[in-house]
Amino acid sequence: MNLLLILPILLPMVMAMISVLTGLDRARSGMLAVFGALLHLCASGFLLATVVDHQVLVLWMGNWPAPAGICLVADYLSAAMVLITSVIYLAVMVYSGKEITPHQRRSGYYPLMQFLTAAICGAFLTGDLFNLYVWFELILMASFGIMIMENPGSRLTSAVKYVTMNLLSTVFLIMAIGLIYGLTGTLNMADLHEKVAQVDNTALVTGAALLLMMAFAIKSALFPLFFWLPATYHTLPVPVAAFFAGMLTKVGVYALIRLFTLVFVTDVAVTHTLLMVMAVLTMVSGVAAAASQMDIRRILSFHIISQVGYMVLGLAVFTPLALAGTLVYLIHHIIVKANLFLVSGLIQRATGSFDLKQTGGLYQTHGLLSLGFFIPAFSLAGFPPLSGFWAKLLIIYACLEAGHYFLGATAAVVGLMTVFSMIKIWTEAFWKKKALPVDSPVEPLVDIPFQLMGPVLCLCLLTVLIGVFMEPVLKFALVAGEQLMSPHQYVLAVKGGG
Amino acid sequence: MELLISACLGVMIACGVYLLLRARTFSVVLGLILMSFAVNFFLFITGRLHTDLPAIISPDRSIYADPLPQALVLTAIVIGFAMTAFVVVLALRAGRELETDHVDGKPEKTQ
Amino acid sequence: MQSIILKTATRLMVGLMLVFAVYLLLRGHHEPGGGFVAALVSGTAFALFAITEGPAQLRRAIRVRPSVIAMTGLAVAAAAGFPALFAGMPYLTGIWWKIGEISLGTPLIFDVGVFLAVLGAIVSLLLALEEN
Repeated sequence: MNLLLILPILLPMVMAMISVLTGLDRARSGMLAVFGALLHLCASGFLLATVVDHQVLVLWMGNWPAPAGICLVADYLSAAMVLITSVIYLAVMVYSGKEITPHQRRSGYYPLMQFLTAAICGAFLTGDLFNLYVWFELILMASFGIMIMENPGSRLTSAVKYVTMNLLSTVFLIMAIGLIYGLTGTLNMADLHEKVAQVDNTALVTGAALLLMMAFAIKSALFPLFFWLPATYHTLPVPVAAFFAGMLTKVGVYALIRLFTLVFVTDVAVTHTLLMVMAVLTMVSGVAAAASQMDIRRILSFHIISQVGYMVLGLAVFTPLALAGTLVYLIHHIIVKANLFLVSGLIQRATGSFDLKQTGGLYQTHGLLSLGFFIPAFSLAGFPPLSGFWAKLLIIYACLEAGHYFLGATAAVVGLMTVFSMIKIWTEAFWKKKALPVDSPVEPLVDIPFQLMGPVLCLCLLTVLIGVFMEPVLKFALVAGEQLMSPHQYVLAVKGGG
Repeated sequence: MELLISACLGVMIACGVYLLLRARTFSVVLGLILMSFAVNFFLFITGRLHTDLPAIISPDRSIYADPLPQALVLTAIVIGFAMTAFVVVLALRAGRELETDHVDGKPEKTQ
Repeated sequence: MQSIILKTATRLMVGLMLVFAVYLLLRGHHEPGGGFVAALVSGTAFALFAITEGPAQLRRAIRVRPSVIAMTGLAVAAAAGFPALFAGMPYLTGIWWKIGEISLGTPLIFDVGVFLAVLGAIVSLLLALEEN
């Protein structure tokens, strides 16, 4: 049963090794990737089911004694994140089969994506602060590799910015890890939960917490450290952009949630207030910047930023309900955002452009695609009964319940502004009459192959299902929120299991 | 000793920040390297400063140097090494393709 | 690079460094040393070779693609975790066997994996830089 914890990390790695060592051709390596993604989905589904049965699972790697060894821990939050990762991974792998050029495949697209997935799952599952850093670096390396696969000049400068920002955040991260180790003598997060409370020098603990917050704020694109994100994402190939947009910033959000519920709860007045301020500014600045854009993928990139603000707001309010809202928001957002990026690729295929001014008339020519855009876009904007409505409702309700009326009102207003952006894409790309023909290198497609449309529609279905059957999801999220607020279960499982 | 080491760290970080804020890729890379040296060093000394202690537990000494920061710093160096190599390759490629080493990829304005 | 001194010295040193790397790898079993340092030393040897003879010669000399070396290394390291499962212990637990006087274990296999992975990574970076 404990083997289950290593599977989400090991499976993609094994798949990567197979695809490099055997040197498969295009069709076969795509098939292998889809097969690997299916296995991964089974493993993480099974992991989630086991976690629901046992609450918290712990695996001590290499059987070293606690707390010196490195452990993998899966509680409700981690298991849910791993499952959602494998859903997106599967959708992106199916989509990639038709989208990836032979050159990209030869530069190691599939192995790099598999490593990226392994590293993301590792970050979700680890119970050790230093190990978290290692997984983050692996995520970075894999994403760098993917980013420069095909290198037009525009992508190189954004890649340099991305690398520089992330290396800077690494510097903060190592510095904070060093401080924490110097203060407590441990890096196991469950152990830290107890030891941090005993440190006399509370100012230094808060300092370390703020350094960590900066490190993960860069990774999750919080205000004012988000500028690398819109500079990067719109230059990537479509499936890569979908996977990055869905997962990468959310790993940062996950790390913030884990650290600021489990470890740094000694000085909530400073840390969580700061998070709250950053969350609000992130929400507002992201959505405001999106309003001025005319490129679909730039609009979507700026919306990632404002949505991350919602999630961090849930963490900052710091009640079980708010944390449950954050988890629902994470699940909703990852599905919807990855889906929207996939759809943006289809819009480009259908009209030849990502620029809204040059698109139009899709509602008449591509009915199914319109549906495929409509559902995630208006879920993102928070229309009932789609998943986004419940996610926003939970966050706003939690804000109001905790007495943060201003925050609740801001979240609602930002939701309205999201509607504005989504309606802009809808009217420009779908309702407006087709603009003058564009001289684009991509020949407009009338029929979109099923291999591209299938993942989009499946993710749409998932969005609708989560919205309609909210009750079990909400129950799950509430348990997860309770687990995060009072981590004694987690601590007991880790410390007792050594 | 403590003062000397703290001063070293401070100077390294300061130089790193200065270089990082320049608009040229090469100095940005140098700044990043300098800063990661400084934090690796910082990580290393979180095991406290000692002299003349056995590296691994030895039967005839009661105390020993804390091995964990050494392991951590080794990992951090490995990762930093890989990252630096990657950044250098990337910067070289960007510099060659865009014919400028400005971080925004824009050619310099001639005076 | 055209330098007779460097070229002659390299011819002598490469073999020596590779042997030293193997020594370091095996020494890492119980003493300071190990896969990573060994890979760095042999990576340096290959760097010297690439500088004097050129990257194309290096590619021919190592025969295998560096990414394949790195992946084989990862596969070996990952495989080293599995024997523990058969012994009913968590993944990556060290398992030791006694062969005559020497005790060999899965950590050695893991170290060989690390050696290959790091070596593959260094050589591919080296080639990327040299061929630029």
